[in-house]
Amino acid sequence: MHIVVCIKQVPDSAQIRVHPVTNTIMRQGVPTIINPYDLFALEQALQVRDHHGGEVTVLTMGPPMAEESLRKALTYGADRAILLTDRHFAGSDTLATSFALSQAIAKIGNSFGSPDIVFTGKQTIDGDTAQVGPGIAKRLDLVQLTYVAKVTSIDLRTRAITVERRSEGGTHVLKSELPCLITMLEGSNAIRRGSLDDALRAARSEIVKWNAVEAGIEDITKCGLRGSPTVVKRVFAPTPREQKAVQIDTVEKAVQDVANEL
Amino acid sequence: MKKDLPEQFRDYRHVWVFMELERGHVHPVSFELLGEGRRLADQLGVQLAGIILGPPGDSTLHAAAEAFAYGADLVYLVEEPLLTDYRNEPFANALTDLVITHKPEILLLGATTLGRDLAGSVATTLLTGLTADCTGLDVDEDGSLAATRPTFGGSLLCTIYTLNCRPQMATVRPRVMRMPQRSNKPIGRVIRHDWRMLEEDIVTKVVGFLSDDRSGNANLAYADVVVAGGLGLSNAENLLLIKDLALTIGGDYGCSRPLVQKGWMPADRQIGQTGKTIRPKLYIAAGISGAVQHRVGVEGADLIVAINTDPHAPIFDFAHVGVVTDAVSFLPALTEAFTRRLAPANRLRLVN
Ligand SMILES: Cc1cc2nc3c(=O)[nH]c(=O)nc-3n(C[C@H](O)[C@H](O)[C@H](O)COP(=O)(O)OP(=O)(O)OC[C@H]3O[C@@H](n4cnc5c(N)ncnc54)[C@H](O)[C@@H]3O)c2cc1C
Ligand SMILES: Cc1cc2nc3c(=O)[nH]c(=O)nc-3n(C[C@H](O)[C@H](O)[C@H](O)COP(=O)(O)OP(=O)(O)OC[C@H]3O[C@@H](n4cnc5c(N)ncnc54)[C@H](O)[C@@H]3O)c2cc1C
Repeated sequence: MHIVVCIKQVPDSAQIRVHPVTNTIMRQGVPTIINPYDLFALEQALQVRDHHGGEVTVLTMGPPMAEESLRKALTYGADRAILLTDRHFAGSDTLATSFALSQAIAKIGNSFGSPDIVFTGKQTIDGDTAQVGPGIAKRLDLVQLTYVAKVTSIDLRTRAITVERRSEGGTHVLKSELPCLITMLEGSNAIRRGSLDDALRAARSEIVKWNAVEAGIEDITKCGLRGSPTVVKRVFAPTPREQKAVQIDTVEKAVQDVANEL
Repeated sequence: MKKDLPEQFRDYRHVWVFMELERGHVHPVSFELLGEGRRLADQLGVQLAGIILGPPGDSTLHAAAEAFAYGADLVYLVEEPLLTDYRNEPFANALTDLVITHKPEILLLGATTLGRDLAGSVATTLLTGLTADCTGLDVDEDGSLAATRPTFGGSLLCTIYTLNCRPQMATVRPRVMRMPQRSNKPIGRVIRHDWRMLEEDIVTKVVGFLSDDRSGNANLAYADVVVAGGLGLSNAENLLLIKDLALTIGGDYGCSRPLVQKGWMPADRQIGQTGKTIRPKLYIAAGISGAVQHRVGVEGADLIVAINTDPHAPIFDFAHVGVVTDAVSFLPALTEAFTRRLAPANRLRLVN
């Protein structure tokens, strides 16, 4: 069984500040982390592998320093890590991102065996669109299972998979088939502490780096800014409200104020 | 002046709202979107259409009637038994087919689990732009859609355009936009769209549905009164104080994110950027600092009451009423005062 997990390196957004004068994001010195939602995807992938055998390949698209997050993923127990990095990818929106990632996944399939499952997180904490998973599924023509809270069963012989999918007002139980793409919900499985063996292996491992051509991308105009139909025209801080709260200090007054609204 | 588009997109016109129909009910976010869609269509001088995909029967026709009542000029309808439960394959296929046939310039969907699942597939198939979780939608001088959304966990806003592709697609979370007034406008033009798919060709089957109702999960996003607790409550037991107050004043309860992370409350009680957006008449926040990620989920409330020991807590920057005190002793006092006030004998006084 071959599983690909897409992870994204993101700024630890709890620490992001906006420049008070220029209103631009101050990224300098902000530490980066693996997108927290992706860790649930990775853990689920590792559990499936531990149970059914096979390999887990982690994939990220990002600047050279995204190698850190891949190494981290190896310490948790992933078997192989691939960094997709190229100046041509800069400025990608979700359409261009899912194009590049899907091309890389196809290449991974050719090189290391076709994936049975591709996992992504539910969404990232920076771009926060939840669109890349569905984008990859469509490009690779994989069955798409989003907001999965639980992988209930996988039968490798019949290629059947059953999952619980979170939906409005409840949970759907879906029966589907491999290969598929799953976007994993938070809270499903906390990431394991990797073993010492994995930590040692991760430190020594060579991270495979692919540029666009190496990933098998022929049409570079589908990548980066050129391949992105959306453009961010303006970034700005929300305007603070002028009025501050009216302070009150007795229960009676609070009850009165609140009661007037009921 | 109207924007000059590539040849193949020039005849894309009109604004569409995808009407989310699940288990016979239209999701209220669809009405909120019709309100926005109406405004955009009027600005552009085009028509507003409601898009309905569902099984033949009353619920689908009812959804069509509601679309008109909330402002649509026409409805596109695909009726097919295999559109009974939402599944990505048939829904994405049918919606894509509709778009290719009838060419809208703007397509709006709710940023629900269903809407996000569907929008991503359709946008990728059409190779067009999709702006997620918008909080503001506007039409620019050249007729382009200017979609504003929070980013970086809500600390910043950005305005996004879909330049040379059509339709311009966007999703909006429930409760972010105002609910428009419902009118008694009669059913208007309904265009039935012929679309077929075979059940054998659809890989995914729905084998069950577990409703939240049983586990007592109320509809937080649509509650009129919400009481929420944060880390300032110190421990899980103190959450009872929140629930008590909510019960007393007929409201629902929620929390800030750290409480979910600690396992003190289930994830669907989380309010904020990565939880629920709420728009109640009254929001009471106890022991919540008011981080921007929390703030963006509650700003639509008519009255925000904050209880916090720190007079400089950021929540006082956007709350309407602030109480600087220990929530653990204040909450029971508040609950008791309300119990007295709301006792049948005292009802009249409250009304006056
Ligand atoms: C301010 C701002 C706003 C933006 N708004 C939009 C918008 O509305 N629409 C739009 O199309 N684009 C938008 N973008 C661009 C978008 O953020 C990027 O395309 C980003 O690379 C991927 O989107 P995401 O972070 O939302 O990922 P999501 O779609 O939220 O990610 C889902 C999952 O996909 C996987 N994944 C995502 N990115 C990668 C990666 N680089 N490598 C490996 N796996 C990955 C992860 O498993 C992740 O959990 C915006 C960018 C900025 C800076
Ligand atoms: C990507 C991202 C997404 C996020 N999404 C969300 C989200 O959706 N929702 C959300 O809520 N957060 C979210 N957060 C977290 C957010 O940044 C804050 O960390 C969180 O809201 C803080 O929770 P809090 O106010 O309960 O705790 P704290 O910030 O620790 O505040 C506790 C407050 O309680 C007060 N207090 C202490 N003792 C008492 C007392 N006895 N009585 C009264 N007051 C007292 C303190 O003065 C303080 O103001 C997100 C963060 C990130 C990075």
